[in-house]
Amino acid sequence: MAEVLFSRPKALFDIPTHYCPGCHHGIIHRLVAEVIDELGIQEKTIGVAPVGCAVLAYDYFNFDMLEAAHGRAPAVATGVKRVHPDAAVFTYQGDGDLAAIGCAEIVHAAARGEKITTIFVNNAIYGMTGGQMAPTTLVGQVTSTSPYGRNLETAGMPIRVSEMLATLDGPAFIARVAVNTPANMNKAKAAIKKAFELQLSGQGFCLVEVLSICPTNWGKTPLEAVKWLEENMVPHYPLGVYKDVQEAAK
Amino acid sequence: MSEKVLMKGNEAIAEAAVAAGCRHYFGYPITPQTEIPEYMSKRMPQVGGVFLQAESEVAAINMVYGAAGAGARVMTSSSSPGISLKQEGISYTAGAELPCLIVNIMRGGPGLGGIQPAQSDYFQATKGGGHGGYRNIVLAPNSVQEMADLTMLGFSLADQYRNPVMLLGDGVIGQMMEPVEIKENNTRAVEKPWAAVGMHGRAKPNIINSLYLKANELEDHNNRLQKKYALMRGNEMRWEEIHTQDAELILVAYGITARIAQSAIDIARENGKKAGLLRPISLWPFPEPPFVRLAKTATAFLTLELSAGQMIEDVRLATRDAKPVYFYGRTGGMIMSPMEIYQEITKILDGKEGK
Amino acid sequence: MRHEIIMSGFGGQGVLLMGQILTYAGMLEEKHVSWIPSYGPEMRGGTANCSVIITEGLAGSPMVEEPTAAVVLNLPSLDKFEAAVRVNGVLIVNSSLIDKAVKRQDIKVYHVPVNDIAIELGNLKMANMVALGALIAAIDAVEMEVLFTAFAKKFASKPQVIEANKAAINRGYDYVKKSLN
Repeated sequence: MAEVLFSRPKALFDIPTHYCPGCHHGIIHRLVAEVIDELGIQEKTIGVAPVGCAVLAYDYFNFDMLEAAHGRAPAVATGVKRVHPDAAVFTYQGDGDLAAIGCAEIVHAAARGEKITTIFVNNAIYGMTGGQMAPTTLVGQVTSTSPYGRNLETAGMPIRVSEMLATLDGPAFIARVAVNTPANMNKAKAAIKKAFELQLSGQGFCLVEVLSICPTNWGKTPLEAVKWLEENMVPHYPLGVYKDVQEAAK
Repeated sequence: MSEKVLMKGNEAIAEAAVAAGCRHYFGYPITPQTEIPEYMSKRMPQVGGVFLQAESEVAAINMVYGAAGAGARVMTSSSSPGISLKQEGISYTAGAELPCLIVNIMRGGPGLGGIQPAQSDYFQATKGGGHGGYRNIVLAPNSVQEMADLTMLGFSLADQYRNPVMLLGDGVIGQMMEPVEIKENNTRAVEKPWAAVGMHGRAKPNIINSLYLKANELEDHNNRLQKKYALMRGNEMRWEEIHTQDAELILVAYGITARIAQSAIDIARENGKKAGLLRPISLWPFPEPPFVRLAKTATAFLTLELSAGQMIEDVRLATRDAKPVYFYGRTGGMIMSPMEIYQEITKILDGKEGK
Repeated sequence: MRHEIIMSGFGGQGVLLMGQILTYAGMLEEKHVSWIPSYGPEMRGGTANCSVIITEGLAGSPMVEEPTAAVVLNLPSLDKFEAAVRVNGVLIVNSSLIDKAVKRQDIKVYHVPVNDIAIELGNLKMANMVALGALIAAIDAVEMEVLFTAFAKKFASKPQVIEANKAAINRGYDYVKKSLN
């Protein structure tokens, strides 16, 4: 009898993707869905989609979802969680959504220790609107609104969200991961799983920042993009766990 | 029947909301409505509810969006500048058809304006406020009792139509104390099978959303909304008339201004001048029928507002300009006296108003 | 009779509370009442004040422009409201703090040393209740018994203060009644 080694997670619909070739959103969606399957929480999961490339996340995820206004997902998720304290509530946000327009919402949700999970996809650019400079765009990086490269004098340094939020007392778990290699995917999945587990055990706010590529707007092939991520993004955005109340308690 | 108590208008809103089963309040302090979050911060923990002081009005209305989308009876409150900040979220709740109550205790503007009472957010409240062409039911109380009653009604209507409802008060009614009876919950419990609560065995996910990327689908959505708005127009017009039957001059005013107009009408009647009051209680839908009727019997209308003239546009539309519509207003937090209004009445009825 | 009353003094003299208790009493007598604190354009000159309406007729406007009675507990309040009082209206002046003469001849003026009386009763904080008693003696807006009930209800959680304040209200009341005789 043949053993099923690989299948689509129940928490994902079987539909064609709208994401660009090589984009990491598909992988990250899948990791989230696998975690939800493994934790057996599909029935009580409520997701909040952002404005950005993942605006249609609810087309892929097979559980209840709300579409939030740009940047407001942590506030929306707060409202949901306060109504259903037992639900698994998470936001899925990009870097423009979370680190620019939604900076206040994410900081305060984290500061309150809001018992939600945030999947923060950092690809250093605005994807959906066609490749504009994001708060996470690297210095010198060319985008459609930084045609001469991000200028340190006028645009400042890119924000390291995980490090910033880890200075707060509210978060229970903050980690930065990448999905550029199978090994990193496994680490990413483990982090996402922990971010849900700690939410469900009432530990506090959990965030997993996932470094991601945007081949289309970076103007690179997927392979070139992965290389660029490794050579440019990872040095500025070091992978690792920035806060873990469970580890700290040990 | 519960006992009458002396309460501030703002407190009456809060207590009536609790009585109506509202267990989720998200807000941010701003004068002159701060008694509402203060009251809720004390009251919600007593009834097992949630009070959350958000980081901004923007966050507060989006928490309302989340809680309403998750099926809760939920409210927020603010005053004019804060309501401007909430407009994004109000448009989204209207687009996603989420029931909620939004309270605006108006103060003078534009900009930071002042903290004194005004009615200069009429356009914002009734004509959209946010983007995209939606309608909210807008209720305008003129007493502390109505602050309570219309709060309860607001929750009912919000659930019934799956639509945001705005309670539009002003600094005077928010701050003043009057006897009020907080009635027992008279709202209907409504099933919310559309809410995002987790699937719990349901076959398909519930999605709370206002995004329709295909133009034809968005048009269908708009057509559906317009049908709902037409239904609200048909069912939810509310108004009060005082001495209108034989009135030559119809005063039109809402909220605190209607109270002052009422005193002015008393003076007018004592002096043999036939003035009456038509008080819109629902500002949207604007109560057109009495205007059509009174335009046949009265000689003129006088619109009174604590603004430079906003509702007057609806009065002219409702009367089809069949009779002259005069205007008298104060702005910036200044409040008209009954005598000022009486002088306007005299000018018009004695034919001294040039218009 | 439509009572339109303004009570005014320094912040901390308890004028808002005085107004609330009177309003409460009016409510207990099933009259139409409203209370509104100094809020908006009239809030100038460093005084706290409130407007109280007690009427058997329609509630109408809660704002008071020309009071039928005014209680002024400090000099700025006298300066502000003396001219506003309606002809034949009542003005209660806190003579403990105000030695300026009242110019109006067409109103009834009662000079009551409410601070001194309150100190004599052992607590300056009760000056507002002395003034409230004085006001009721002058305008009969509510029954004294109902006023006591209103106070007791308002201070249900602090029953120990009720008797002393009742005495303060009575002293103010008697002070004015005596001057009437």
